[in-house]
Formats: sequence, structure tokens, C-alpha cells
Amino acid sequence: MKVIKSSRLLLVAALAVGVLSACGSNGNNSSNGSASPDGSPSPSSSASSSPSASASEPTKKPESVELLNVSYDPTRELYVAFNKSFADYWKKETGQTVKINQSHGGSGAQSRKVLDGLEADVVTLALAYDIDALAEKGLLKTDWQKSFESNSSPYTSTIVFLVRKGNPKGIKDWNDLIKDGVQVITPNPKTSGGARWNYLAAWGYASKQDGGDEAKTKEFMKKLFNNVPVLDSGARGATTTFVERKIGDVLLAWENEAYLAKKEYGDDFEIVTPSLSILAEPPVAVVDKVVDKKGTREVAEAYLKYLYTPEGQEIAAQNFYRPRLQEVADKYKDQFPQLNLLTIDQDFGGWKEAQQKHFADGGTFDEIYTKGS
Amino acid sequence: MAGAVTTVTTLSNEARPKHLTEPRPVRYLLIAVALLFIGIVVVLPMLTVLLEAFRKGWSAYIEALKDPDAMAALRLTLITALIAVPLNTIFGVAAAWAITKFKFRGKNLLVTLIDLPFAVSPVISGLVYILLFGAQGFFGPWLMDHDMKIVFATPGIVLATMFVTFPFVARELLPLMEAQGVQDEEAAVSLGSKGWRTFFKVTLPNIKWGLLYGIILCNARAMGEFGAVSVVSGHIRGETNTLPLHIEILYNEYQYTSSFAVASLLMLLAIITLVIKGLIEGKLARSRHGQ
Amino acid sequence: MAANRKRKSALPGFRFTMGFTVLYLSLIVLIPLAGLVVKTAGLTLPQFWDTVTSQRVLASYRVSLLTAFFAALVNVAFGLIVAWVLVRYRFPGKKIVDGLVDIPFALPTAVAGIALTSIYAPNGWIGKLLDPLGIKVAYTPLGITVALIFIGVPFVVRTVQPVLQELENEMEESAALLGAYRWRTFRKVLLPELVPPLITGFALAFARGIGEYGSVVFISGNMPLKTEITPLLIITKLEQYEYSQATAIALVLLLISFALLLVINTLQRWTNRRLRSA
Repeated sequence: MKVIKSSRLLLVAALAVGVLSACGSNGNNSSNGSASPDGSPSPSSSASSSPSASASEPTKKPESVELLNVSYDPTRELYVAFNKSFADYWKKETGQTVKINQSHGGSGAQSRKVLDGLEADVVTLALAYDIDALAEKGLLKTDWQKSFESNSSPYTSTIVFLVRKGNPKGIKDWNDLIKDGVQVITPNPKTSGGARWNYLAAWGYASKQDGGDEAKTKEFMKKLFNNVPVLDSGARGATTTFVERKIGDVLLAWENEAYLAKKEYGDDFEIVTPSLSILAEPPVAVVDKVVDKKGTREVAEAYLKYLYTPEGQEIAAQNFYRPRLQEVADKYKDQFPQLNLLTIDQDFGGWKEAQQKHFADGGTFDEIYTKGS
Repeated sequence: MAGAVTTVTTLSNEARPKHLTEPRPVRYLLIAVALLFIGIVVVLPMLTVLLEAFRKGWSAYIEALKDPDAMAALRLTLITALIAVPLNTIFGVAAAWAITKFKFRGKNLLVTLIDLPFAVSPVISGLVYILLFGAQGFFGPWLMDHDMKIVFATPGIVLATMFVTFPFVARELLPLMEAQGVQDEEAAVSLGSKGWRTFFKVTLPNIKWGLLYGIILCNARAMGEFGAVSVVSGHIRGETNTLPLHIEILYNEYQYTSSFAVASLLMLLAIITLVIKGLIEGKLARSRHGQ
Repeated sequence: MAANRKRKSALPGFRFTMGFTVLYLSLIVLIPLAGLVVKTAGLTLPQFWDTVTSQRVLASYRVSLLTAFFAALVNVAFGLIVAWVLVRYRFPGKKIVDGLVDIPFALPTAVAGIALTSIYAPNGWIGKLLDPLGIKVAYTPLGITVALIFIGVPFVVRTVQPVLQELENEMEESAALLGAYRWRTFRKVLLPELVPPLITGFALAFARGIGEYGSVVFISGNMPLKTEITPLLIITKLEQYEYSQATAIALVLLLISFALLLVINTLQRWTNRRLRSA
């Protein structure tokens, strides 16, 4: 019996070690992410500030801080460049080292992860609805879009067509997409933000063409999605399918994504600007609940504000996002052709309505898609 | 379900008597078919990984592996395996002891339940932990209040990995210990040996190769798991990406060469696993013949 | 799992090992899976039924079941040949081939996924050859089947191999003495013995194929109704905040897997008994 008891103890100990080590790594994670959980940046709570630090003035800030930026698919390259620039800027301003972690995926999917507990300090998603969903659950205030200038969208973009070299199918505008034998690549509007912009741009075009006859518009959309052979879950997957796997004749893509693909693959592709597209405003927001818990509000807000500075705008423009700041916009105006743009608020009654009508369960997308196949 | 890999086979090399084998052309044809099948289905993908990995030469290959995010992914993969494998090993030994050394009702049910993770889609193994520990899940709010992170952090990844690799060690030991019976241990106990001593001095030497075999397989799967981990990882590069997830990210960023470079690392792991497995099989076969 | 009729064993540690087994099993496997059931129970029965029988979900079952079925079938045919060749013939490199059979088991599925995709995409090694013939592999159900064939290789080979090894020569011997031709001997004498392991191998490959995600997600085009497998649909539902729908579909998949597992375990027990009595 004694044997059993001691052995039981041993096992419990082993189990406890296992659990502890699991929790230990958890603890590491969160203490990396935030200097002190309750937001009081007392120097003692920060992990062993090394005495060898050159700037030894008694600032109240912990020596280093980590941010998590949960973003959508095509911003990968943008934020690699931007994070570096911001880290330099922040170091210079405050002496604090900031490490920014990135997570990318379909915009809707990313929003869902934040809801499930992914502790994003800032979200930089493809469309306002995905941040509204977070606000609905109380992760941030409902009027978050007023926190920063220009509807909290530091850069804009639009939807263009990427076609193969020489444009063999002669694709010029949206109505060329529904022709027989044209294969269109777009991601899934249910999970991808870019795909929702694609969908609305196409819808807007058809609706103008048909004089607002919704039955006809649905017919148009049905034909369009009949021409879609692959429906990836995010914009980047769709680009890969088109560019690397050589499937399809035309990719409906973010302007920045199209330029990036052209940059990576040189002359294999051409960009076609349709007669009408949509003004895409990818918004940014600080996740109140997370930054208040982690005590990272100051740096998180500075991070997003930096997007609006000339430096930030320059980086956005270099990565093919349309800058808001006039001086930067002027500098890059040859890069971005002027075109007629629908807006979500004027032409679709805002995201809430658009989401409800088109992308919710039983919305127009479900209608045209399931029936169409 | 592990049945497929539990068998220990010895390849005999003696020629069969002529009247018990097929005519030469048929034999050659069958061998050709078998080689072609394995060649196309198994070897070709492996070659592809290597070729793509070295497409831009050695330096690009090394560069891809030295990338800080790749290193972080490697570290997380190792940590995960280091926690999940030992725990599953302890469980496997305990379960095999209880099941093979004693008789009780519901044994078959217990064995089936232990097998269950083999049959469950990896996606579901990840999903269940989101349901339990996600912010919207059963324990989510409580965890939030206590500032504990499970999903989208290392513990979630470890848990999902433990689920997926749960049966490996137990599955290897069950048939082995079943075959060995209880005589050795009973003899030892009747001679006054105590519980742990009996286990370490009598049982362990008998099962050590099978145990090692299970651990190796468990480890290979733990390091390579994709589906389950993908669901519970937040895909934060440098933080919650394991090597398989890192491959996917690179793949999605037009960095095919780097992606295949990391893939080749995991392939190397697979090959090492199988070589060790081959060595152990030899030992196992010999120890069986010895009995 | 109470030990009502525990044999009076001289060995120690039953209560302890059994307790630990059940505890650990519950913590890691049973409680999480129970969470799935509880979450699904949030749906009313008609809601549940509508979810798991909606057009897109039904289509995904069809894709998953059919591709897994055909992949397992291909593995039965070629797996038997590979096992046969490995057990009965001599040829150079046999040990290596035997080792290669286990590669799909040890190779992470994501690695297999990207490798297979680059082979079978229209610009890949094999895809390039097939494309002019109008055969598309990647991003079609055929591509999924190819990935599942890869995943399933070890299962049939490794279940047939030991049975083939244990088969006594005497039966074949006497058949041969009676003047039976090889093919007839194979069909009448050997095949009946091989049917149970073949079925087991088939069921194992099939079960694995239904749940497989990592390798398939790269090579399938993920088109709803056409190349969307059930595990992917679960993830898609999850990403659309449709938790209860995701869990409902997961529960169906879980039940299918569990049923298959019961069949497999019964078959294996049966095969083992035959092996032992043989």
C-alpha cells in the first residue's frame, strides 16, 4: 500500500510539473506581451530590467513592450516595413523597445480569433464590419471609428483586375467577367474582407447597369460566381492560386495585392482598371479591453497614429495603398489611376446593412451561390 | 487505428520454392508495379521538397532556416513535443499496465476510447479546445478573469498536440504487454519485489524497445501536427507558429523556397524517425526470437 | 469502468494506474469531446438537422466520403501488391522500400500538402504532363484523392504484411500438388485469408482520409459544393462565427469516425484470433 501511495504522489507530481510547465510558458507569453497585467507600469514589475541598459534614466516605462497587430491577408508586406519604422521611431521618442507581432488571415476569420481570445492590441482589418463585430461583444467602444481621422482608415484601396500578360481574354470591365469561358478568381466573401469588397463592387456595377433591377443584378452575380473555379478563404490564398498555380483568367484583387503580385512576378501580369470600382477603407482600431488589461494603450495608440504621419503614409504608398495625406498622395499620384468609386456608406447604406443583405446567412451571396451551382 | 504501424515485420530474404511462387515475368511485373507506386506516391513528393528547397542554392537554404521566425517556430515545436510526449508516455505506460495486467469489465470500451483520437479529425481536436477555453467558450470568461491564456498560446498548442498524439504509446505497448503476460511480474512479486521495483527491474526491460518505438512515433506526430494546431494557434509569427504552420505562412507569402526549406527540415525528422524505427524493429524482432 | 470483478492479482498498482488512465483520458479526450456534444445541444433538433443536411454540408460529406473511399480502394489494390512483393520476393533495395512505406505516416501533412500541390498543379511535374490531356488534378476532387492515397499508403501494406507472413506454406503446397494453377491457388487459398486484413486496411485508410485536413487543404480548390471537404467546412463555419453549426457538423463527423473505429477494432480482434488459431 505504501508503494501505491508514494507512486501516486510521484505521478501527481509529474502531472503537476507538466501542467506547471504548460502554464509557465503561458506566463512567459503574457509577460512578454505586457509588462504588467494591471497596466501599472512600475519598473519593478517589468521583467528584470538589465542594468547594462545604456539609457538608464529613471523612466516609468518598462524597457520593452510588445504589441500584437491582428491584420488581414494582404497587409503582410506593409506591416513588415511599417513595424520596423515605428519601432525606430518609438525607440527614439521614448527609449523603449517595442516588438510588434503580426498575425494575418482572412479578415472575418481574424476578427473571430480576436473574439475567441486572441489578445490583439490593435486590429487592422479589411472592413469596418469585422471590427464592429468586436465592438458588439464589448471588446472596444461602439464608436471606435471616430477615434482616428478619416473614419479610422489611414489608407484606402480599391478593387482592380489582374489578368495574364497580353490580356488574352480581352477583359476590360465587369461585364467581361460573366462571359462563357472566363475563369474568375476571388476569395470567399464569407471569410475574406477583400472578397466582400469584390462582391459589392461587382454588385454596384451590375446594379447601375441594370437600373436597379435586383433580379437582374442577382442574375449577373450568379453568372459571375459560376465562373469562379476556386474559392479561397483569404485574399492571399486567391492570389497564390492565380499567380503561382496559374488557375483562372482574371483575379479580382485589392489594388495593393495586384501591384505586389506584379512586382513579385514582373511582366507576367497586367492590371486592368474597371470603369467603376469601390472605395475600400480598411480601418484600424485599438482593442480597448486588451490594451487596458496589458497596459499598452499609449504605445498602441501611438502605433496607429504613426500610420497617419508622412512616414507612415509613405510606407503605405510604397506598398501600394492609397495614402490619405495630400502631400504623399501627390507624390504617388501616377501610381494610382483615378477611377469612379462607389462608397460603402452612400451606395450600400453602410457595412451593417451591406453585411445583413449580402453576406449573412440567407443573404444574396447564399442565394446566388447555392442556386448557381 | 494505430494497428497499421504497430506491426513489427521481418523481411525474410530466403527464396521461395519454385512451385510456390509466380513465373518470373509475373514477379518482375509485380515488383515493377510496387516500385512505381511507391515511387510516384511517396518518393516523388520527397524529391520535390528537396529540389524546391535548394532551388536557390545553399545560402538561400541556410538563410531560410536562420530566419528568426523560423527559429522561434522550431523552438515552439520542440517545447510542444517536450511537454506532450513525456506526458503521453506516462499515460501510455499506466494505461497499458492497467489494461494488460488486470482483468476488469469494460476493457474493450476503454481500449476503444483510447483509440478515439486516432479517428477524430485533427480539425475537431482543435475545435474542442476552442469550445472549452476560447473567450466565448465554457471556461473562457473564468480564464480571462484570471489572466490565463490557453488558446492562441502555447498551452493550447500543447493540449491539441497531446490530444492528437494521445494513443501512440499506449497503442504500441498494449499488444506487447498482452503477449508477455504477467508471469514475470508475479514471480518477482512473490519473491518480495515491491511495485516500482518490479516495474523497473522486470517490466521495463521487457518493453523498452516497444516503448521507445511508441515514443518515436508519438514525437514525429507531435512535431508534425498541422490541422489541430492550426485551429488553436493565433498564427502570430514568432510566437505561436509551429514549424508546420510556419511552412504554410511562408507558402502564402510567395516564399516558396523558404517554405520548402523548412519543410525539408521536417522531412529530415521523418526520415530520422523511420531509421530509428527500423533499428528498433530489428531489436524487437530479435528479442522476440529470444523468447 | 469499475473493476467489479478484478481478478485477484498479486500485482500492485491497479487502482493507481487505472485511476490515472481514466483521469488523463477524461481530461484530454472525453471532457473536450463532451464539450462538443454540449455545445451542439444548444441547437434544437430541427436546427441541428437542417444544419447537417444543408446542401453545402451534404456536398462536403459526399466529397469527403467519395475521395476517401476511392483513395482507400487504390491503396487496397496497390497496397496488396506492395505487401506481396515485400514479403515474398527478393530484389535489391527491398529494405528501403519497406521503410518508405511508413513515410506518409511520419511526414507532417503540411509538407505532403505543399509537395503534392507543386507536383500536380498545372505547372508542376506531373500536372504539366496531364494538363494537355485535359486532366486536372490539383484543385479538383482528383487532387484530394491523390493526397489521400499518399496519406493511406502505410495502412493497407502494414495490415496485410503480417498476415501474409504468417500464412503457412502447406495449404499452398497441397493446392500446388493438386495441380492448381498459381492464379487459382491465389484466388481460392490465399485471397480468403487476406480479405479481413484488406478490409481492415481499407477501413483504416478510409477513416484517416475522412478526417484528413493538412495535406488536402493545399491541393483542393476549397470550392463549396465541389472540392470542399467536411473538415475544411468545419473550419469555414468556425471562421464565420457559426460555432453551433461548426460543432454540429463536427459531431456528425465524429460519429462517423467512431462507427468506423468500432468496425476496425472488431475486425482486428477477429483477424488476430484467426491468426493465433492458424
